[in-house]
Amino acid sequence: MLIRRAPDIRYSEVTPKALYMRRREFMQAAAVAAAGAAAALSPAGSRHVHAQNGRTKLPNVRKSQFSTTEKLNSYEDITSYNNYYEFGTDKDDPERNAHRLVTRPWTIRVEGLVKTPATYDIDTLIKPYAFEERIYRLRCVEAWSMVIPWIGFPLADVIKRLEPLPSARFIQFTTLADAKQMLGIRVPVLDWPYVEGLRMDEAMHPLAILAVGLYGEVLPNQNGAPIRLVVPWKYGFKSIKSIVRIRFTDTMPRTSWPVANAREYGFYSNVNPTVDHPRWSQATERRLGEFFRRKTVMFNGYGDQVAHLYSGMDLRRYY
Amino acid sequence: MTGFRIFRWSIFASALVPAAALVYWTFTGDLGANPIEFITHTTGTTALSLLVITLTITPLRRVTARNELIRLRRMLGLLAFFYACLHMLTWVVLDWFFDVASMTADVVKRPFITMGMMTFVLLVPLAATSTAGMIRRLGRRWQQLHRLIYVAAVTAVIHFWWVEKADFRQPRLWALALCVLFGFRVWWSLQTRAARTRDAFTFLKDGMLRRG
Repeated sequence: MLIRRAPDIRYSEVTPKALYMRRREFMQAAAVAAAGAAAALSPAGSRHVHAQNGRTKLPNVRKSQFSTTEKLNSYEDITSYNNYYEFGTDKDDPERNAHRLVTRPWTIRVEGLVKTPATYDIDTLIKPYAFEERIYRLRCVEAWSMVIPWIGFPLADVIKRLEPLPSARFIQFTTLADAKQMLGIRVPVLDWPYVEGLRMDEAMHPLAILAVGLYGEVLPNQNGAPIRLVVPWKYGFKSIKSIVRIRFTDTMPRTSWPVANAREYGFYSNVNPTVDHPRWSQATERRLGEFFRRKTVMFNGYGDQVAHLYSGMDLRRYY
Repeated sequence: MTGFRIFRWSIFASALVPAAALVYWTFTGDLGANPIEFITHTTGTTALSLLVITLTITPLRRVTARNELIRLRRMLGLLAFFYACLHMLTWVVLDWFFDVASMTADVVKRPFITMGMMTFVLLVPLAATSTAGMIRRLGRRWQQLHRLIYVAAVTAVIHFWWVEKADFRQPRLWALALCVLFGFRVWWSLQTRAARTRDAFTFLKDGMLRRG
């Protein structure tokens, strides 16, 4: 008897990526490519290299010892299923709407308890750092997860160069909130702009990175271009996107989700299977692309590296 | 009359479009990065839509004075139940794969799941007594029993409201729709009660006049 087996390859992997791209995205990609080519020809040069498919490749990316060897989620999954409420609250809204975001020129205001408050152009800010690929698990508070190959550099390196004052105990990040580029801002779903924060020792941890790319290419807008935070041991909403402001403070920042609903979200928001969200269990998660749920692991599996940050803290209270 | 039959069939066919689309997208691989969530959401919102549409039939019939509309009510109610069953099956089979312990814990601990389960349980007797034979057998009690649809509509909207994290625009819209539909019924019953009182008063007055 002939036993037919489904090929061990997914539909999304066999179809050429270019076919997926809708016209608008194609036009946008073409514009990015043109800009990339222009930058490459300019005397200043550019780190961006124009890739064949219209997206922009990031060269000289080093591997990292912090990367997981788990199976990656597809580029399509990572770029079509996003929580980025500034572009709409449905998962496919960001992919549809984020093309309106202009990511160059882009400046980041650094302020608060820092030696020299200043506004930096993004390319100046990121220039000193070598890009690393960090393949991290991302666990969303909604009980789904992905494995994503980010490109970025340690947040700690940036903080050291910015020279915060010794009195700085927290770092606060703010996302752009421009209703002209971000249609979702018109709806008061959250108290815009989106704000996130970390304790300084969390921010200085080598696992915390600022990402500017994924899958070897420049970060797509819906994933938080041009620059975002990635903190893999915390729920996804801590990893704030499209950062325009960094503030060093001595008080705990009032971050967006606890402001919206303090009973359901805390400042720390470490991945913790034993502390349930009041409305759903955090004990299991669905890795996108898999049928069966998996057990969620404390600190999203990064406990060996980060648990010491919270020694002596009651994580049921400081959720 | 044939025109109405065509109308009825086209409503039936369009109500099946979401289910057909889900089947089609399953084969084309277009259910998105999280197919189970997408199926859950689609079957749930379709069930709620059909439930609310079912509740519009009686007001529509009164406003338009077209009594044949009543013949749509049972069909729409059963279609709503069909999607509620799909929604439930998605949860049991695709989301939890018969993990009874986890599902029971969720029903007990998670208010939004409690509400969803309650809605489903309320709809079961309504679907079960929807046949002509049952309507005949239950008589007056059939009507009393089928008032449960009002409770089910409320629990369904609460269920939807409590699922949402921050964007309550859709559940708010459904709650508003229910308010309008219930408001119509309250207004209507007050009208008829007032008319009945008026009739009774006229009757008494007539009687006294006759006696006097």
